[in-house]
Amino acid sequence: MSWWTPQVEAVLIAMVQAVVILLAVVVFGAVLSMVERRLLALWQDRYGPNRVGPFGLLQIAADMLKIFFKEDWIPPFADRTFFVLAPAIAMASLLLSFIVIPITPGWGVADLNIGILFFFAMAGINVYAVLFAGWASSNKYALLGALRASAQTLSYEVFMGLAVMGIVAMTGSFNMRDIVNAQENVWFIIPQFFGFCTFIIAGIAVTHRHPFDQPEAEQELADGYHIEYSGMKWGMFFVGEYIGIVLMSALLVTLFFGGWHGPLLPPIVWFLLKTVFFVVLFVLLRAALPRPRYDKVMNFGWKVCLPLTLVNLLITGAMILLIDPAT
Amino acid sequence: MQIAFYLSGLVAILATLRVVTGTHPVHALLYLIVSLIAVAMVFFALGAPFAGALEIIVYAGAIMVLFVFVVMMLNLGESAVEQERAWLQPKAWVGPAVLTAILLIVMIVTLASGDYSGSISGDPLTAKMVGISLFGPYLVIVELAAMLLLAALVAASHLGRSEAHDEADLARERQREINGQRELEEQTRRTAPPRETRQTPFDAADKDAGTQEGKA
Repeated sequence: MSWWTPQVEAVLIAMVQAVVILLAVVVFGAVLSMVERRLLALWQDRYGPNRVGPFGLLQIAADMLKIFFKEDWIPPFADRTFFVLAPAIAMASLLLSFIVIPITPGWGVADLNIGILFFFAMAGINVYAVLFAGWASSNKYALLGALRASAQTLSYEVFMGLAVMGIVAMTGSFNMRDIVNAQENVWFIIPQFFGFCTFIIAGIAVTHRHPFDQPEAEQELADGYHIEYSGMKWGMFFVGEYIGIVLMSALLVTLFFGGWHGPLLPPIVWFLLKTVFFVVLFVLLRAALPRPRYDKVMNFGWKVCLPLTLVNLLITGAMILLIDPAT
Repeated sequence: MQIAFYLSGLVAILATLRVVTGTHPVHALLYLIVSLIAVAMVFFALGAPFAGALEIIVYAGAIMVLFVFVVMMLNLGESAVEQERAWLQPKAWVGPAVLTAILLIVMIVTLASGDYSGSISGDPLTAKMVGISLFGPYLVIVELAAMLLLAALVAASHLGRSEAHDEADLARERQREINGQRELEEQTRRTAPPRETRQTPFDAADKDAGTQEGKA
């Protein structure tokens, strides 16, 4: 076989890796919808979904069947192009962000030299999903939700980028693999503790998770931007949110908790364990915290988090210059 | 790389044409976003990934969001589409089109007479190189831009604040008006004694009745 060259083999392996990562992320995101309900129930002293299959494990299958066979309704007053485009952006932009995440030394889709910037670009595009969904629905609750979402996401993305710049300065690279390799001895959570605090807050806000779920606050906005959606289009927003949680957890692990580094266990297990820990933390936050008022959220972002990241960046720069003035 | 460059360049031009000729404001904005992403792809093809990523983060991800935000708030309906269609009559765009065509010819001639040494697939420019050139030879420009942005920030903050001030001023003025009216009323009451002293028979009768009752 003359066409079976090492190059072809490498291309095939990379493609298989990419497809496996894609499927794993989507399945993880979908299963998470059941896991979240179960965890919330356990923390609130109830059983949660327990009717379908052993321990209610097949609930996810029932939910997915229901979503797939629901009528895919587009309201006659909606703007069709935007209405269909919005859920696609919501899911695609988050899935694309997984390209830059290195899972183990041998696993990962692409090794971009702009690494973390690619994620910020995708997060920037993700804003349009909510904005277009809210506008195309021609519904006042949807529009209000979309406006809140875009204002909140823009404000929190500002210091989300700045929170990571401390790490970039310490590593000297945007590349995620370089960032993980730089944490072989000390995880960045220790020198960049304030960066971690602001990054996790911004991450929750950007994925619109509780307590920053202002855009879809059901008590005030009756579900916000996806009120007119049903069937699989709504399902894409729904699964997209869980993919966002998985993405933020994976990013937190990669940036602040040493990625695949850890003693004894193989790298893939460490990465998965750490990611699952943060996913559970996201769910616990939802179970534990009340939702703050919208203006408080904006004030907190601009008046507390942004100055904190700026001070953190200044101190990081000063420390780098103090320790190693030559470079 | 060349194919990517030309394809994304074509997409950018077509999308920008649709921005100009489209009649629906929000659809035109969507084309503008596509155009910006295509320009970012051109940067990637040219070997400037940092510029490409910043193009998406800053322009497509932040500035365009604000545009879309404002246009959506305006709630432009069918009337806006009609108006836009009316503006796109040939007599409105023929003049500027001819003038820009002349500029295009000048540019093509200039490009044609120049050298072709610059190739499309250059060496990738890393973020570090961009940073070194920004904070090396172009330091003054960066700092001037920072001052300009600071000035804009202060101005925006002032404009945002003045509204609150206006409200306070308005409230104070209203209070003053109310006080003035009260004073005016008191003055009229004080300076119009004839009204009180003038007694009609009924008044007198009332007064008498009152006093009598009081006595009783």
